Amino acid sequence: MSTETRNIRVDYLARVEGEGALDLHIRDGRVSSAQLRIFEPPRLFEALLRGRSHAEIPDIVARICGICPVAYQMSAVHAIEHAFGIHVAGPLRELRRLLYCGEWIESHALHVTMLHAPDFLGFDDVVQMARAHGDRVRGAIALKKAGNHLIQVLGGREIHPVSVKVGGFHRVPRRSELLPLAEELKRAQEQAIELLRWVSGFEFPDYQRDYEFVALRHPDEYPFNEGRLVSSGDIDIDIADFDREFEERHVAHSTALQARLRRRGAYLVGPLARYALNFDRLSPELQSLARDAGLGPVCRNPFQSIVVRAVELVYACTEALRIIDAYVEPEHAAVDVAPRAGVGYGCTEAPRGICWHRYQFDQDGSVVEARIVPPTSQNQPSIEADLAAVADAIIDAPDEVIRHRCEQSIRNYDPCISCATHFLNLTIHRP
Amino acid sequence: MSLSGRLLIIGLGNPDRGDDGVGALVIQELGGWHPPGVQLITRSGDPLALLDDWASFNAVICIDAAATEARPGRIHRIDPAIEPLPQPPLPTSSHALGLADTIELARVLGRAPPHLIVYAIEGHCFDSGAPVTPAVAAAATQVALLITTQEWPALARMPPTNG
Repeated sequence: MSTETRNIRVDYLARVEGEGALDLHIRDGRVSSAQLRIFEPPRLFEALLRGRSHAEIPDIVARICGICPVAYQMSAVHAIEHAFGIHVAGPLRELRRLLYCGEWIESHALHVTMLHAPDFLGFDDVVQMARAHGDRVRGAIALKKAGNHLIQVLGGREIHPVSVKVGGFHRVPRRSELLPLAEELKRAQEQAIELLRWVSGFEFPDYQRDYEFVALRHPDEYPFNEGRLVSSGDIDIDIADFDREFEERHVAHSTALQARLRRRGAYLVGPLARYALNFDRLSPELQSLARDAGLGPVCRNPFQSIVVRAVELVYACTEALRIIDAYVEPEHAAVDVAPRAGVGYGCTEAPRGICWHRYQFDQDGSVVEARIVPPTSQNQPSIEADLAAVADAIIDAPDEVIRHRCEQSIRNYDPCISCATHFLNLTIHRP
Repeated sequence: MSLSGRLLIIGLGNPDRGDDGVGALVIQELGGWHPPGVQLITRSGDPLALLDDWASFNAVICIDAAATEARPGRIHRIDPAIEPLPQPPLPTSSHALGLADTIELARVLGRAPPHLIVYAIEGHCFDSGAPVTPAVAAAATQVALLITTQEWPALARMPPTNG
């Protein structure tokens, strides 16, 4: 074992969103610290929302992220409706789930194939991978396109959709507009199953960690928009009680706040957590597909998150087909909204994990205070713990090998640093 | 199908980010120019969508800002079939591929148009809400003129191709 001290630094991690860096300090053959430094400037969305009308929130928060705007819109409209005592049900609720299916499909298809798969096959990027696996990349592009189409039809455009409003939508689609999407989604569902079989055959580093998983749990559904906040520990709370179990802290090396469990520290949100806490909410067919892909009901190997994302891709395609098949055009595009003073909470499952919002409103419905806790800021402590453990396991390897494994580990999380503050540098320090 | 009927000109970039709006500005400059078969579009989202945008076109011209900040307004004409687009010094996003990667991916997958030219105009300021730098705006006018007086006539003289 080496007794030297090494510092390994990754400046600008590729294929993650936002600006950040990783510093690894190695002393006496052990990782002494792993810090995910996020230096993307804070974007101050919460302050920007103060004084704005509740009606403006969905369009403003959609701008936090280009790949998961629906998550921000959905958490926001649920929080606003909670504050105003509104409940959106029936076809409008189903359309919101359908919009979320679109976001999961485009986000997971992009990450699984274009960003993460090259790591497991020894390619630098998707362009290199496409030379050997052109059909897989074509399939992923088609899958992503199916997701984009859903967002376009329901949201008015592919990026930063504009049709979502408090109480429902500005416009809802005719049944005749959704039916052509079903044909594309059936092909997408087949491509997703093929993708699942492909990624399940990758070689995964032998690594597991005893994460405390946190996700939404709904009585009947694999969660998108609603549910209680539960954990693989003992947490089972209403989303309004978030602050009782979770806290956000500022750390010197990150412009994004880090969320922790008050009692136990780091926790994990995202596909692994959702899957482990909601495996029984998947259909028997999907459970069987997951088992065929080598997954049990719980997966603690973060490198296999690519397989879990592929399971969720199949789920999102299947759920979208179900919703379209059963769709009955609602009589009104939105329910009536009467603003009132109060506080509202919203929490939904972004592709990367729970996205929690809290708003306090004045009696005219203008924002007094806003708080947004995005998934990546919640996963930062867990990413750092993974990095330390993953690097420790190959501590005597050359810096380049450690650097690659660390970058791969960070991509396990599909992090959106822009959202969290809102790219990554990796530096390994071993003098 | 003759090339003269199928030219797509794409202005890339975000008009709300200073000189990143130069692609859209070229399209605006070309606004009154309507030869049959020429289509003008702007794009600021996922570059992967370009694979669909140009699927039925034999000739495509992309105009984008280059973030070198070396000489604002300097125009680079690049034929990716002859020389690859320079990669940005740092990766820019995980949520979307860059233009260089998108074009290279399209070429690998056989989904690049037969004739593709990229005009890259060096920018200076990419701040939110900033106006386009005067030298960059002047370059937009010049690129629009190059397209109408040189690119288009050259494409129109090329023999018909099947596409």
